[in-house]
Amino acid sequence: MVRVDGRGNGDALIRVRSLDKKYQRGSEEIHVLQGLNLDVGKGEFVAFMGPSGSGKTTLLNLLGGLDVPTSGSITVAGDEISHMSGNKLTAWRARHVGFVFQMYNLIPVLTAFQNVELPLLLTKLSKAERRSHVETALSVVGLADRMKHYPRQLSGGQEQRVAIARAIVADPTFLLADEPTGDLDRKSAEEIMGLIDRLVHEHGKTVLMVTHDPRAAEQAHVLLHLDKGVLVEGAASGGPA
Amino acid sequence: MKFFRLVWANLLRKKVRTTLTIGSFAVALFLYGLLVVIRGAFSGGADQASVNRLTVINKTSLIMPLPFSYRDRLLRVPGVTGVTYATWFGGVYQDEKNFFPQFAVDKDTWLDVYREYRVSKEQTEAFMRDRQCCLVGKSLAKRFGFKVGDRIPLRGTIWTGTWEFNVCGVWEGDRPDVDTTGMLFRFDYLEERRQFGKGTVGWYVVRLANPDDAVKVTKTVDEMFANSPFETLTQTEKAFAASFAKQMGNIEFLVTTIGSVVFFTLLLVTGNTMAIAVRERTGELAVLKTIGFPDLGVLWLILAESVLIAGQGGVLGLALAKLFTLGGDPTGGLLGSVYLPWSSLGLGFALALGVGAVAGLLPAVAAMRLRVVQALRRV
Repeated sequence: MVRVDGRGNGDALIRVRSLDKKYQRGSEEIHVLQGLNLDVGKGEFVAFMGPSGSGKTTLLNLLGGLDVPTSGSITVAGDEISHMSGNKLTAWRARHVGFVFQMYNLIPVLTAFQNVELPLLLTKLSKAERRSHVETALSVVGLADRMKHYPRQLSGGQEQRVAIARAIVADPTFLLADEPTGDLDRKSAEEIMGLIDRLVHEHGKTVLMVTHDPRAAEQAHVLLHLDKGVLVEGAASGGPA
Repeated sequence: MKFFRLVWANLLRKKVRTTLTIGSFAVALFLYGLLVVIRGAFSGGADQASVNRLTVINKTSLIMPLPFSYRDRLLRVPGVTGVTYATWFGGVYQDEKNFFPQFAVDKDTWLDVYREYRVSKEQTEAFMRDRQCCLVGKSLAKRFGFKVGDRIPLRGTIWTGTWEFNVCGVWEGDRPDVDTTGMLFRFDYLEERRQFGKGTVGWYVVRLANPDDAVKVTKTVDEMFANSPFETLTQTEKAFAASFAKQMGNIEFLVTTIGSVVFFTLLLVTGNTMAIAVRERTGELAVLKTIGFPDLGVLWLILAESVLIAGQGGVLGLALAKLFTLGGDPTGGLLGSVYLPWSSLGLGFALALGVGAVAGLLPAVAAMRLRVVQALRRV
């Protein structure tokens, strides 16, 4: 049910309308996103591709509430986030979005367990409940036996799996992945994409992913191309579950 | 408490840097402890002064005497429950560098007015019996190894000649901060032998029934002796002790200045350390914010780190300073009471935490204001 024509019905989990994002660089105004529309349903896996500077990461930042649009609206699960204040947006982010970064971005002085536990520190869960959630998340990514390891004691693929566990531990509404395989070798990249695929198909997660890797993009239900701030529908391959 | 592990883990990130910063606090707070001790020792007992005692000195100068006849007139002032007196002797024991204060005091009233001096009943009786008897403070006894039965010769500098005293008692204070570095001997022994100044005393000490009467009694006494050849200046014991100490220089100012410089330097060092620590972790702080840590939460995390460093260094430095003072006077008696009160330890700890908080404030605000999108671009 992914649409880019702005004619989607009201059932979409993520609904973007006439999204514009401009930056000012010196005297020059850079129009990164131009009148972008997008509808993504629950349980969809959408991949965004496009050349550098096409606005992929900017779109992800806007969808994740890390940045605010110049104009237009973003509605996620009924919440209009485009005009939320900073604190409200932060709280919304904690509840609804799981982030996966290219460089994993784990805290090096914390163990895998502690890294995954971070989002739960912001909740009212008890210590025992946090432990249970963290163990479950680490089991899902297949690293239950590495929870006491520090990031430096893990391979790149394992670090990314810990990062994914951190992203899903609070059971967010959707996941945003910014080139999750960009720093991994082929084998590790396949493992990570397999994991994301399982999250979508077995756990019903909604995933929006930016990637440069066509193999990774193939796994998605829908592939969208961004070019000069305009979204164009591409070939879908993974197919919805 | 659930965030403590995160704060603690960040402190252990650069162990050497954290240890050195904690060390800076420890050294500064150790120095603070020593400065408190020095200030206390040189304040001449101003901090220990009783609120129910007044000191009456010659209005012209402390070194000018007052007539012995004033004693009875002082006793008749309403609100006064006791009067004693003393004279500075200024003797030298063996060598001038062996300075310690000696006071000729009234054997019948001194220990009654100065009840914080603890002397055993037998030693008090011996003081009453023997005109050449002297009581030495515990610190003084320790400094020169004086013990009961010893005979001490002093070379007089005001009243010349060799003066001999029998040690018949050692006094202690009823509190740890009571100065026990001096020597008391009988006024009648001085009066009998001195060549001049007979019939006069150095100063009087007046005990009040009620400290609230201090202003009234002060006024009454000074008016009573106004326009006489020996006009008086009556002041609280605290003011007297402070003016006595000022003769050695403005120790308070010196100590305050050194302390301020130390803490200001500490502030700069810690502030710089925290700023570097925050700058190194820009990406991680952005990640914390990305996953939902609020701006204020990030501010508190950085402040907590800074305060935790300060707290650890403070405890270490103050503990070392306290241990140091428990070892007694390192100068062999020059400092008098070597005592670091718990209240000063508390103040020092609060100061350390305050410096930690202020030092961490700027980096913490910078972390709070960090823009996630820009910071993530730098990762």
